[in-house]
Amino acid sequence: MREKSGKTDILIVGVGGQGTLLASRVLGKYAVGAGYDVKLSEVHGMAQRGGSVMTYVRIGSGIASPIIDAGGADIILAFEKLEALRYLHYLKEGGEVLYSTQEIMPMPVVTGAAEYPQGLEARLPGKGIDALSLALTAGNAKAANAVMLGALCKKLGLERDKFEEALLACIPQKTAEMNKKAFALGFDAV
Amino acid sequence: MKKLLLGDFAVARGAWEAGVKVAAAYPGTPSTEITEELARYPEVYSEWSPNEKVALEVGIGASIRGARAIVSMKHVGLNVACDPLFTSVYTGVNGGLVIAVADDPSVFSSQNEQDTRLTAVSAKIPVLEPSDSEEAKQFTKYAFDLSEEYDTPVLLRLTTRVAHSQSLVALEERQEVPVKEYVKDIPKYVMMPANARRKHTVVEERLKKLSVDADGMRINRIEWRSREIGVICSGGVYQYVREALPEASVLKLGMVYPLPYKTIEEFAAGVGRCIVAEELAPHIETLVKAHGIRVEGKEIFPLEGEFSAALIREKVLGQAPAPAPAEVPARPPVLCAGCPHRGVFYVLSKLKVNVLGDIGCYTLGAVPPLAAMDAVVCMGASIGMSIGFDKADPEAHRHSVAVIGDSTFIHSGITGLIDAVYNKAKTTVVILDNRTTGMTGHQNHPATGKTIKNEDTYELDLAKVCRAVGVEDVAVIDPNNLAATEAAVKAALAHEGVSVVIAKRPCALLTKRLYKGFKVNDKCKKCKACLKLGCPAIVNGKDGIAIDVSLCTECGLCKGVCKFGAIEGEN
Repeated sequence: MREKSGKTDILIVGVGGQGTLLASRVLGKYAVGAGYDVKLSEVHGMAQRGGSVMTYVRIGSGIASPIIDAGGADIILAFEKLEALRYLHYLKEGGEVLYSTQEIMPMPVVTGAAEYPQGLEARLPGKGIDALSLALTAGNAKAANAVMLGALCKKLGLERDKFEEALLACIPQKTAEMNKKAFALGFDAV
Repeated sequence: MKKLLLGDFAVARGAWEAGVKVAAAYPGTPSTEITEELARYPEVYSEWSPNEKVALEVGIGASIRGARAIVSMKHVGLNVACDPLFTSVYTGVNGGLVIAVADDPSVFSSQNEQDTRLTAVSAKIPVLEPSDSEEAKQFTKYAFDLSEEYDTPVLLRLTTRVAHSQSLVALEERQEVPVKEYVKDIPKYVMMPANARRKHTVVEERLKKLSVDADGMRINRIEWRSREIGVICSGGVYQYVREALPEASVLKLGMVYPLPYKTIEEFAAGVGRCIVAEELAPHIETLVKAHGIRVEGKEIFPLEGEFSAALIREKVLGQAPAPAPAEVPARPPVLCAGCPHRGVFYVLSKLKVNVLGDIGCYTLGAVPPLAAMDAVVCMGASIGMSIGFDKADPEAHRHSVAVIGDSTFIHSGITGLIDAVYNKAKTTVVILDNRTTGMTGHQNHPATGKTIKNEDTYELDLAKVCRAVGVEDVAVIDPNNLAATEAAVKAALAHEGVSVVIAKRPCALLTKRLYKGFKVNDKCKKCKACLKLGCPAIVNGKDGIAIDVSLCTECGLCKGVCKFGAIEGEN
């Protein structure tokens, strides 16, 4: 993403309530601040209530559609492992998945109507990060999205200071220290 | 200066720059953020109205009195506002009146997938359709100008992808537009038969003129490229077409009703294949074909769902469909951990009653294992349906209830409750009072005692409202107290008349604190009683039952249903 003429398509997926919207907004803020053109697309409403959610971030000039087609994402940032697999077909050839190893059981698994797939790691081309443990180390489970953003920052080679600034601008002041710590733990985990 | 803006925020910015004075709305995904954003501008009076009909009437009044006004709603909200809509097209405006309506192709958060453009044709109102945030701002401003120039309200149609995408917008200054002089004009504003008959002719003439003038509007433009394929499109679909077919010529319609037929004729004659690409209904296609112009349309494109660049490539160029997803367990949305609605649905599920449901987060009470919902149709329908159940089956009241949220009850449940009392129905209504409009992201309403700007106002007392319309049996309970909830529901079912149970507890997401979460200890017998709550924080894993501390909000329901004292934590 260092070339301003290039394009980077990032798909952010997770479970409604995990902070995918926050993550896309931080990326958007960073990209605009760094002088890139950018388009984001979000899903609000019912899907945000614990359902499977996806947010598109497209960075680079001359982008028309705000959504990424299947087979088009350079990177998938997944806040939950099963969600990484659900959207794996969005990844382009040679693309990478950066995923949290956290497992959140969907309701059909809780009720026994389905099973949580085993051996997911072998099917995901990319790196798993224990974001939940790192977030708890930083202070609270809610900071898992900051862990993943730290990891993404390193993976994409973004300017760390500016990215952290964008993150801090999008969160409540009182959680700043915890999120900074979580971000650093994620950054170092890649 | 350019700023990254949500489509909805761009509409708000456009309205502000256009000097709007009054904004009214009832929240509805994906339109909610328009009015939320307008509330931040001190120059604009803004309100959450109890429903879309009232919102539009506020807008009509402000317009007649001479102010520029904007009213926002989702597609199904426009159904509620149709009565004032159709006749406001007859009266026309004084200050510009813009109605922003957001459709939801692919049904991300709605109960149907209707196409607002068809309603607009019925109502004979002009429709503009922006394709990104910059256009959302520009078209909103232009809509005010058109409204005043042609003496008509103007509809700004958005879709989820335009309303909820962000792209860069060039910000401009606000143009102060003074409130116009008001002159009493009975033939213009009083729609009684003699005036309405005359006005209908005015409406038809206006549409004809708009259609002719549309050929000269810059928002309708031809982009000539290769003449092999030409695509007629508008809104978000324009972006998919540009991405999928960069070499194709495009007729981009900024106004999708009425249509610029000369421009369309010129375009169709200038390309080999002329294709109309539009989501949902064949609105443009039908009108264009009726005009005698040959195009391809719904014979290649679906009537359902939103489009994408991949879909355009597949349907126009015959490219292979996008790769298919892996087979994995579905993850439907669920009631959040700590949701105060859960206690009510747990009890209704346990009592195996029929539940006539309504529109809100609590529609998720239909998801297994709770599965406590029988029918959901539209805002406020639960109470009317429960009256229908009672009139069809004299025993129904013993095993059925209506369930409706606080905001939805105010929106259109009160009239149903009046009907229940007036027509001597035997029925139980459970009002899920979570002190907010939850699904759309926590907006105030009359019973929160706060305005859109968070100022104190009269707090509507729901129990008093119920008693005032004649309900004698009204109980208020805490839904996290399962025993009290069950007792109240049982008593209401046994009552031979109209009963209301108000389950009052704030939405769990309103509490912005961090939780430690509950724990399962070794007393757990794996009886799975807690799993019947359908709580996403309770995990049934390889190592037995556990609680996901990242989700748990310490509501204590699981502790309440566990007979073995296996769940630890303080609530």
